[in-house]
Amino acid sequence: MKARVTVMLKQGVLDVQGEAVRHALGSLGFAGVAGVRQGKVIELDLDGADASEARVREMCERLLANTVIESYRIELA
Amino acid sequence: MKAAVITFPGSNCDRDLAIGFERAGFEVVRVWHKDTALPAATDVVGVPGGFSFGDYLRCGAIAAQSPVAAAVKAHAARGGYVLGVCNGFQVLTEMRLLPGALMRNAGLKFLCKTVGVSVEAGSAFTAGYTGGQRIALPIAHHDGNYTIDADGLARLQGDGLVAFRYTDNPNGSMADIAGVLSDNRRVLGMMPHPERSVEAAHGGTDGAALFAGLMGGMALA
Repeated sequence: MKARVTVMLKQGVLDVQGEAVRHALGSLGFAGVAGVRQGKVIELDLDGADASEARVREMCERLLANTVIESYRIELA
Repeated sequence: MKAAVITFPGSNCDRDLAIGFERAGFEVVRVWHKDTALPAATDVVGVPGGFSFGDYLRCGAIAAQSPVAAAVKAHAARGGYVLGVCNGFQVLTEMRLLPGALMRNAGLKFLCKTVGVSVEAGSAFTAGYTGGQRIALPIAHHDGNYTIDADGLARLQGDGLVAFRYTDNPNGSMADIAGVLSDNRRVLGMMPHPERSVEAAHGGTDGAALFAGLMGGMALA
């Protein structure tokens, strides 16, 4: 089972790296970039009998995301 | 008094932290992150600065899941002292032994300089300073921007758990916070490096009073 986890800073948390990217895009001449937020994509390849979305959720809560400042979403393939 | 200083793969301030404790009279034992128990009769655990696990995923995230983590949490749960410096502070927030999180510096640059810090809260760690004393300590970090939710901040400030504040905020930390204490004031996390300011050759000795004060403060407690 393959799972793709996307981890982003929560809305309302200042994303300084996203802001840096926004400025860089502006400097390159791309107009109209109102906002940029940068996150992480983690791809998991699971082959155990207990591979499940619930398991991936547990991985997110325990390690893949810091839920103090990050939110995550899970896509299964 | 015994200090146990942990080394993770990528820790690079463990030796300096050990020396900081030694110079204040602690017996120091070095602990490897894969050890599942702390030395018997450990009084304070030192979690050092550096780049544990290369800062992979998030600073301190993987170190916080090391085999030794359970022993550190149990030590803190029964009232043991823990000092986390820089990457160590990041590890302690990831272990949830301290609230909040450390994010990328607001200015995006890695900061490596001496900064002014004011000593705020009372604790065994700050016993060697007077309230409001201004000291100078080195910082060396890319991810020292302290953040916490509004309720958490109100609690920290209301309960007097902010141990240190920057006098001229270098990294965007909320409320200029440079170090925080746990509810029982026995766990301290701080971004500045007291262990890099304990002898004249360091260019300053303001950090020495933290270790000396801790030695005295723990002996009384």
